[in-house]
Amino acid sequence: MTEKSYRDAIRDAMMEEMDRDGNVLIMGEDIGVYEGTFRITAGMLKKYGPKRVIDTPIAEAGMVGTAVGMAMLGLRPIVEMMTMNFAIVAADQILNHAAKVRYFSGGQVDVPVVIRGPQGAGVQLSAQHSQTFESFYAHFPGLKVVAPATPADAKGLLKTSIRGRDPVIFLESAALYGMKGEVPDDAGFTVPFGVSRVAREGSDVTIVSYSRMLQMSLIAAEKLSRDEGIECEVIDLRTLRPLDLEPACASVTKTHRCVVVQEQWKPFGAAAEIAASITETVFDELDAPVARVTGEDVPMPYARNLEVLATPHEQHVIAAVKKVMYANG
Amino acid sequence: MAKAKEQTSATIDPVAACAPEWTDILRQMVLIRRFEEATEREFRKGRIGGYLHVYSGQEAVASGIITALQKDDIVFTGYRDHAHALALGTEPRRIMAELFGKATGVSKGKGGSMHLFDVEHGFYGGYGIVGGHLTLAAGAAYALRYRQTERIAVCYFGDGAMNIGSFHEAMNMAGLWGKAGMCPILFIIENNGYAMGTSVERHSALTDLSARVRAYNIPTEKVDGQDVFAVRGVADRVVRQIRETGTPYCIEAVTYRFSGHGAADILQPYRSKDEVEQHRHRDPIGILRNRLGEICNLTDDDVKTIEEWASGEVAAAVQFAEESAAPDAGELWRDVVAEQGPARENE
Ligand SMILES: Cc1ncc(C[n+]2csc(CCOP(=O)(O)OP(=O)(O)O)c2C)c(N)n1
Ligand SMILES: [Mg+2]
Repeated sequence: MTEKSYRDAIRDAMMEEMDRDGNVLIMGEDIGVYEGTFRITAGMLKKYGPKRVIDTPIAEAGMVGTAVGMAMLGLRPIVEMMTMNFAIVAADQILNHAAKVRYFSGGQVDVPVVIRGPQGAGVQLSAQHSQTFESFYAHFPGLKVVAPATPADAKGLLKTSIRGRDPVIFLESAALYGMKGEVPDDAGFTVPFGVSRVAREGSDVTIVSYSRMLQMSLIAAEKLSRDEGIECEVIDLRTLRPLDLEPACASVTKTHRCVVVQEQWKPFGAAAEIAASITETVFDELDAPVARVTGEDVPMPYARNLEVLATPHEQHVIAAVKKVMYANG
Repeated sequence: MAKAKEQTSATIDPVAACAPEWTDILRQMVLIRRFEEATEREFRKGRIGGYLHVYSGQEAVASGIITALQKDDIVFTGYRDHAHALALGTEPRRIMAELFGKATGVSKGKGGSMHLFDVEHGFYGGYGIVGGHLTLAAGAAYALRYRQTERIAVCYFGDGAMNIGSFHEAMNMAGLWGKAGMCPILFIIENNGYAMGTSVERHSALTDLSARVRAYNIPTEKVDGQDVFAVRGVADRVVRQIRETGTPYCIEAVTYRFSGHGAADILQPYRSKDEVEQHRHRDPIGILRNRLGEICNLTDDDVKTIEEWASGEVAAAVQFAEESAAPDAGELWRDVVAEQGPARENE
């Protein structure tokens, strides 16, 4: 094990896979000479050269479309989106092409393309630059959607993404790039898709989350333990498609109460799907309706005071936990 | 294919050049520069958040075009948008307050630096997704004709924006609608040589950028974007033509940004200090000031007065922004969709 940042874990995963397989390449805006706006790709152009580290024009649709074509012909392109907000320019290439060509060809081609980049609220990036997209992509069959919460998972899941046979939307949290954690050194280390993990054990309430909201939920759980003696079990989903709710349901069978935490807007969000599935599966075990913690249902405002109101925080998780325990007030 | 013109330097009529208007233009350009310097300072102090893209070095492109417009013409641009708002007459303090995220800002503090918006002064934004606004501007130009006005639209965009699909879709539709006299729009390529850290040579297969515009049957003209006389000279002529004919036109202004792409672009590994220094010798403000000095007897004292005035305006704007209140919490929920009531008469 070595302590690594989430950022370095992502770079390590890409470089290890590029070392391992000459068909892996990366393309994106300002990833080469500039070394990436978040410095994820620092040093990569120097090491692999411009054929494998491709600086592209500002052409998200073009990047994804050409990557899909490369993937159909045996390459394994990684497309770095400067932020995932710009990937919606490529929505047609992702949703209508990457996600569907295997199916409508009757399985004649693989599409091993990874579209990765940061998402989520930053600090005052306002309406067009603060969004999260997991429910948007997870709605579409044909895609895999990954949202790691730790450096180890970022590395292990990205390696699985690059080695896979299908298009992967790999959603990084810009706010987690600097976060440190233990990462296995073994170059063979991968984390499989569709396997959730218990991030914290507890007996009173189950909290289900992923990505940055998982880290926030863990902080809330520690506060609840310290201040209220409430022990939360925290489940990290890691991937939203495929979605593994078995550990969450097993946990609810123990705690009988559940809170789902996401950053995005509440209507039709990931938490709605998760809560509905848990309710369908372990309805009889629930002592309270599944609660959702979400961002406010508005485009992100610029002013810092409004932005703070628009985004979910620890106290919202704490309030939701108390609510499902009927312990408010 | 439409016609191309190359205009490298301006022919100046000394009488017209000494019209008081040119001193106003100098004043405006100095105000823009001082304003941008203040935003960089306030950003470093943490009083401006988010992304900040300043216009220093490109002033002649905003001022040379916008001063040629009529009061009710409209302007669209990307995120490097402070100068356009200032040139259109938006009060500096309302822009600064927006950057500070205050309720007194042009967009009530809800948009920030990238999304300035001031319909009253003809400013239709302020957009953060590269190329996204080009189609909006083409549609707006159509609406201006459809509603039988004499107004025109101006749409600014960077060299980097010419690589995204919406650029091509907007150009083709504008060119097409122009055939029926239904697209009175002036496209301005702010060719500052770079899209973030990627030079034009590294991002464009064809480096003659306006050739791409001509491919859509829109005539183009290349102009020295550091020389406000040249920019304004072209603008006067083509603005009149667009207004008369309802057909699109494109000016490629060759310019340079003195600061980093955004406030976070400190190292600038894609260009040398030397290169930046070279371009600073062609400061658009210096060029105009020297010209006015040579042919119109503008004195150092006159310049000093202008500088002091601009610094005073900007200091007052900062103070206003600082003293203004943050938006109230209820603002969070307002403006998401229309509130109950009669439809707005969009101008
Ligand atoms: C669709 C999209 N992709 C990427 C970005 C990130 N980005 C913001 S500005 C910029 C460079 C744009 O360059 P240019 O159009 O030349 O304008 P300039 O900044 O030079 O004024 C990039 C890549 C974005 N905002 N939108
Ligand atoms: Mg540019």
